[in-house]
Amino acid sequence: MSRAGDRTVLAVEGLDVGTGHTPLLHDVSFAIARGERVGLIGESGSGKSLTALAVMGLLGEGLHARGDVRLSGRTPATRNLLEVGEREMARLRGDAVSMVFQEPMTALNPTMRVGAQVAEVMRIHGTRDTAGARARAVELLDQVGLPDPAHLARSYPHELSGGQRQRVVLAIALANDPALLICDEPTTALDVTVQATVLDLVVRGVQEREAAMLFITHDLAVVATVCERVLVMYGGRIVEAGPVGEVFADPRHRYTQGLIGASDLTGEQGRRGRGALPTIPGTVPPAGRFPDGCVFRSRCAHATDECGTPPGWTPRGGADGRGSAPDEAEEQAGSAPGEAGRAAGYACFHPAGDAA
Amino acid sequence: MVLRLLHRAMVFVLSVLAASVLVFAFMRVLPGDPARVALGINASEASVAALREQFGLDRPVVVQYLDWMRGMLTLDPGIEFISKAAIGPQIADRLQVTLILVTTSMIFAVLVAVPVGIWMAVRHRHADGVVMSAASQVGVAIPAFLAGIVLISVFAVRLRWVPSGGWAVPAQDPVGFLQRLVLPSIALAGVQAAVLARYVRSAVLDVLREDYLRTARAKGLRPVQALWRHGLRNAAVPVVTVLGLQLATLLVGAVVIERVFVIPGLGSLLLDSVAQREILTVQTVVMVLVVATLLITFLVDALYLVIDPRLRTGSR
Repeated sequence: MSRAGDRTVLAVEGLDVGTGHTPLLHDVSFAIARGERVGLIGESGSGKSLTALAVMGLLGEGLHARGDVRLSGRTPATRNLLEVGEREMARLRGDAVSMVFQEPMTALNPTMRVGAQVAEVMRIHGTRDTAGARARAVELLDQVGLPDPAHLARSYPHELSGGQRQRVVLAIALANDPALLICDEPTTALDVTVQATVLDLVVRGVQEREAAMLFITHDLAVVATVCERVLVMYGGRIVEAGPVGEVFADPRHRYTQGLIGASDLTGEQGRRGRGALPTIPGTVPPAGRFPDGCVFRSRCAHATDECGTPPGWTPRGGADGRGSAPDEAEEQAGSAPGEAGRAAGYACFHPAGDAA
Repeated sequence: MVLRLLHRAMVFVLSVLAASVLVFAFMRVLPGDPARVALGINASEASVAALREQFGLDRPVVVQYLDWMRGMLTLDPGIEFISKAAIGPQIADRLQVTLILVTTSMIFAVLVAVPVGIWMAVRHRHADGVVMSAASQVGVAIPAFLAGIVLISVFAVRLRWVPSGGWAVPAQDPVGFLQRLVLPSIALAGVQAAVLARYVRSAVLDVLREDYLRTARAKGLRPVQALWRHGLRNAAVPVVTVLGLQLATLLVGAVVIERVFVIPGLGSLLLDSVAQREILTVQTVVMVLVVATLLITFLVDALYLVIDPRLRTGSR
């Protein structure tokens, strides 16, 4: 139905996550195509990691997900992942979809040799026999740039540095050539000096496999170098989406504008006042305490009464030009504002930039 | 790692030496002349002095200490004042009985506590987990002697399945031995299992929150598989610590149960010897207990190294 067509690897539609009474994610929809690298940005508490965990089927006890999550790639599209059982989901995890976590220091089992931890993911899914998995583990450790991989495979995690451990985690994630790799702030905990190397390895690993990637970070500079498209999240909703270049150069949603203003992306321009660094006023409210209507309106300088109702999704550069009203835009996108409809756009009554 | 073990072994030997001096000194300052107690208050000064000389109590303290140490190293610490029975074989017999009793009850305790503790942890948000957890809390509060008395009144008195007490030598009467072992072992195991299960529960709960367990799930392991392959070994360190402590405590602590079931164990020997001022027996039994406790600590330490590779490196 869209240009993404059968190249779509991950399709998320109307994903809602919440505890019994507190909604945490609302109507999260996006799609990632084969070989596409998509960034997911937002402040802490905006729902980025929760989105990733919902896709992985690793939500904690007491959290419930509704909506539609489908994974294709190597196989025809799966059933809705939110409805398949744990057994079937486990078969996909580490195989068709895998994940790199934020904290490399604690992500590996301290009582198991590194090589065995890499080999295990291949043995679980039967992609290699015991000897084959062991040999392949050494190759993978070599591919992620670890020195003397044969020897290193016999080390325990505590004998490795944070950067080395994150490479091991990456080797585990890439071992079965996943169709989708989810990275949750994979370099945040690393020294600045090794961040670039690890990022480079992530991108190379994904490119070699033509895998789709969902890259969670709050570092806009990282998104700019790693990703092609970006999703901006706030209050458990995707408030803006689009190609990285367009969104960063010309943000529409007031939240995106604030994020970019607060980052060092804009360089001199952003701080021309030479005073305090620009920030977004206020803080992210605790879960369940976001305002109704536009979730950002409690911190937004442009909010009006109108923002008390939920803003619709406005495609970026829609048929009617950039000034199209949200309601019209919703109609233009059709009854199902899916993949193509949500590929680039924003949910704001008073967008910034040319449209304002 | 070898260095670490050597270091631990040195600490062990030094601790034993220090303990022996302490035990010996402590027994010397206790009131009551053992020779006088052995002969009774009507004995003449001359006969008391003769007995003191016979047992070397008139020699310098240092000589007595060295003599005692030599005796223990050659496994022949001497004879009792009153009965003149050799102390070595007596302690060996009693120790064997206590070890059998304690080991059996610890095995029972572990067999129950580990699966129950894991279950309580995994199901801690569910009704069954909470109920089991509460039950274990109650179990902690039931003293072993009470459990023993209840077990006797039900299984020995009412049902007459097993004898109410006593002991049998395993080689001579294996069936009688097992019959007499069951109730005291269960009585002892009950509290131990309840305590241990709570430690297993909290250790597993801690491990369940670990990032590497989430990594294991992300690799495609189902929750139980992830816990089994990646969690249990990591949860073992705190559990082994408690296990060692329990074992050491039980060596003496079993005395209550030995009394309830009329079992000739080490604890009973110690109590009797104290009552009769058999200081040589008392200090030797205490030394045996000290060595056993230190040995358990040493073994627990060695087990840490086997379980957790992080402890092997460095000089910690």
